[in-house]
Amino acid sequence: MKESGRKHGALSPCAACKLLRRRCAEDCVFAPYFPPDEPHKFASVHKVFGASNVNKMLQELPEHQRRDAVSSMVYEANARVRDPVYGCVGAISSLQQQIHSLQTQLAAAQAEVVHMRMRQFSSSSNAGGAMDMAVDQANMGESLWSC
Amino acid sequence: MASSSSYNSPCAACKFLRRKCMPGCIFAPYFPPEEPQKFANVHKIFGASNVTKLLNELPPHQREDAVNSLAYEAEARVRDPVYGCVGAISFLQRQVQRLQKELDAANSDLIHYACSEIPTALPAPPGPSSIQSMAPRQRPIDHYNRRMGNEEGYYEAPGVPYNLPWNDNPSGDNNAGGGASNM
Repeated sequence: MKESGRKHGALSPCAACKLLRRRCAEDCVFAPYFPPDEPHKFASVHKVFGASNVNKMLQELPEHQRRDAVSSMVYEANARVRDPVYGCVGAISSLQQQIHSLQTQLAAAQAEVVHMRMRQFSSSSNAGGAMDMAVDQANMGESLWSC
Repeated sequence: MASSSSYNSPCAACKFLRRKCMPGCIFAPYFPPEEPQKFANVHKIFGASNVTKLLNELPPHQREDAVNSLAYEAEARVRDPVYGCVGAISFLQRQVQRLQKELDAANSDLIHYACSEIPTALPAPPGPSSIQSMAPRQRPIDHYNRRMGNEEGYYEAPGVPYNLPWNDNPSGDNNAGGGASNM
């Protein structure tokens, strides 16, 4: 299973050791996270962070956190390869703008909902008032005839 | 703001690397000596040679933005070694999903109110077709129906080509993304 590290007796070096052209040791720190069938994953991480920096970062983390750390580094590295100027900071900026836009739209929609509620409430009140007026007019008619 | 290296004051990069800061040093405009932590973080996460390579591949007018974004990512990664600034992206994506849901709910309320007003509208004037003689009414929902989401109903920011693996739970209660970073 990938979760427990390399399969016992596996002959294929991990993607990292393949790229670095070195022997893939049994306790290779990269092997659980950079399988040989995903060479692009390590390639982008190596290009942006460098193998020794990734090695250092992984060594400083407990094992149960390394998979998430590798996933986030791969994400960042891919974003930086796609956008060498802004990397994934561009995505942060874009998301913040979208949140601002959605908040504005939401505030307007909620204000309109309140407005519609008030309108419905007042129109149902007016309907009762119109009935009262009709009754008053009928009563006036009666009183005129009674004079 | 970019600043050039002076004879007496090496840039933060050359100070850190303990080398002579030459005129034309590629780091000098972007790593002033009064901000040592900026280069220290970038060096720790990306390495000096990777940064040099990256800057050399960019035209000069884009290098300052590139350095600032690298510095931001490096600082985020130092603060959160597991998720880095991807934690902030995860948090912001969940916020977008939540706001989109709320906006959808408000819009469907508006549709409900707009539909409920139809039976209470004034009777149509006599004519061959009372429906055709009425001008099409502008629904309040049309003003607010500017969804940019995909078919599933959540917004995908440009530049974020796929949802993060920690955002698979649409209820947005997953705290794996860590805290937000302030820009």
